[in-house]
Amino acid sequence: MINGISINYYLLLSTVLFIIGAIGVMARRNSIIIFMCIELMLNAVNLLLVSFSTLHGDASGQVFVFFIMAVAAAEVAVGLAILSMIYRNVKSIDTDLLSNLKN
Amino acid sequence: MLGYTITQWLFGILSFLAIMFALMVVFSRNPVNSVLYLVMTFFCIAGHYLLMNAQFLAIVHIVVYAGAIMVLFLFVIMLMDLNQDSEPQKSAWIKIVAGIAGGLLLFVLVGTLKGTEQMNLTSYGSSQIGTVKNLGKVLFSEFLFPFEIASVLLLAAMVGAIMIGKKEIK
Repeated sequence: MINGISINYYLLLSTVLFIIGAIGVMARRNSIIIFMCIELMLNAVNLLLVSFSTLHGDASGQVFVFFIMAVAAAEVAVGLAILSMIYRNVKSIDTDLLSNLKN
Repeated sequence: MLGYTITQWLFGILSFLAIMFALMVVFSRNPVNSVLYLVMTFFCIAGHYLLMNAQFLAIVHIVVYAGAIMVLFLFVIMLMDLNQDSEPQKSAWIKIVAGIAGGLLLFVLVGTLKGTEQMNLTSYGSSQIGTVKNLGKVLFSEFLFPFEIASVLLLAAMVGAIMIGKKEIK
């Protein structure tokens, strides 16, 4: 199969997806949405790794994406457990209310 | 069709859909809707993987992200009973600052990438690197040690999640 797409378009697409995720982390207060935006940023980087792996004809990039997926799954499992504990104690997951360390 | 190949049409449509759904994840008021839009974004990214002949990663992406991680998110959101009314909103000022900061970052990155050389994805190498057979060979020869470490990491994450989630630690 011939994929005649230039690498530049993949660079632009990944950049835009990454920036959308970054804006979401900055602009939202719900911890779960912030978590999902982090997943979005991880996926933008994954997409770029796969496209460069295809460009160079080297399978190492795709193996790296595989490992990133495993680490992301571990991160989400622990993170959501922490969030549910926070919700049990504070009755909210609003990030602006979690300022105990500041005082 | 207008001088574009079918692959280029698919790339354009998938990119447009991925960006639209990603924007809707950020700007949707209801957390459940955000999760569903994120699942759609992941399907679009899986389509991109298929377009690049990375079949194994496309399937793993759908199974792991859309199948496991997003279901976990949905469960937690349902447990917490979050909906539109209880959704906290940042002040408009913070949102404007976040938009400006993100826009500046986009400006810098696009400015950096603007002058890169045009290279098509089939310039080098074969198109068979994304198959299960080839990836399995690489994974179990060159990357065998990281693969085993990843299993330890997943075990540690599982134990950690259970320990954190318990009512009280005796």
